Amino acid sequence: MRYIEPHGHMVSRTTDDYRDMATAGCAAVCEPAFWAGFDRSSVNGFHDYFCQLTDYEPQRAAKFGMAHYSWLCINPKESEDVALAKDVLAIIPQFLDRPNVLGIGEIGLNKNSRNEVRVLELHVDLAARTNSLILVHTPHLEDKLKGTNLIMDVLRGDRRIRPERCIIDHVEEHTCRRVLDAGFWAGMTLYPESKCSPARAIDLLDLYGQERIWMNSACDWGVSIPLAVPRTALEMRRRGWTAEEVDKVVFQNPAQFMGQCPKFRLPAA
Amino acid sequence: MTRQQVLDQYFIDARHKLIDIAAFLDRVDRAEGGADFRHAAFRTALKALGRRGPGRAERVLLSLSDPTTRPIAKAHGKGACGAWPGR
Ligand SMILES: [Zn+2]
Repeated sequence: MRYIEPHGHMVSRTTDDYRDMATAGCAAVCEPAFWAGFDRSSVNGFHDYFCQLTDYEPQRAAKFGMAHYSWLCINPKESEDVALAKDVLAIIPQFLDRPNVLGIGEIGLNKNSRNEVRVLELHVDLAARTNSLILVHTPHLEDKLKGTNLIMDVLRGDRRIRPERCIIDHVEEHTCRRVLDAGFWAGMTLYPESKCSPARAIDLLDLYGQERIWMNSACDWGVSIPLAVPRTALEMRRRGWTAEEVDKVVFQNPAQFMGQCPKFRLPAA
Repeated sequence: MTRQQVLDQYFIDARHKLIDIAAFLDRVDRAEGGADFRHAAFRTALKALGRRGPGRAERVLLSLSDPTTRPIAKAHGKGACGAWPGR
């Protein structure tokens, strides 16, 4: 089996995880910028993090034959501080030309505050000016529905943004259909305690089809499973999906979305 | 998948989770303390679950969601608790 991990925070994972993912057939891992679990005190912390995402982490992945791509932003969890966010937005362009950077992400909302919305708009403007793909984080739990609607309002409010170049991640049963109906891509996150279980993710594929949708583990420093995608692929096979149908969801779909950025190339088989 | 196949693959797992929910409600009842909006939200979600017809997962998620539509003035903290506390 081959697959792509389209959303994994590998800076938080061990080298053993890289080895296990490569063993399971992972051809490429894509890493959006996110919250470190603590607030960085200045723009310098983000500068070093962006260097890690664009220089050091690709080298770790390459040791296991895996391509590594990244997305850059200041995460919504740190967006309440608009002044800091503006400082970070100012340094992102100097990294956008690096060979593994696919676009702006994971941007979005966390608590659905006015400042978060303002910083989201600034990121969307940067993506539009630089013709970058967009990867969106939607809020957790009780905040997800409202946040997903607000995020789609911001994206649709900017006429330069084409929905087929945006993926809205962490969809669940109450947000998946509205995301797909609006023309965006949808990401399903396979978490053990929140978001989607493998069974529910496959249900969503049954209900809403297999176009413009992917699955990811979003493995990070929290409770998460780096092998969630291949394990879900196994469950799809147990539910009667053919190998080709599974391949479309776990490999071809993420390759199709990220292939909209010319820098996205898969390692030779 | 046929209904038989779905039950073969998922019944034991769903049964396990159902009993976990029952035990959780018993545990909350045994414990001392005042009312908590999460407990009430859970009971409301169980009613959404109990209604017949498709879309149960979506109904449960909607019943636990913030129904408002405007951004809040300021984010106090970063976490979510799983149920909407109301205004
Ligand atoms: Zn993430």
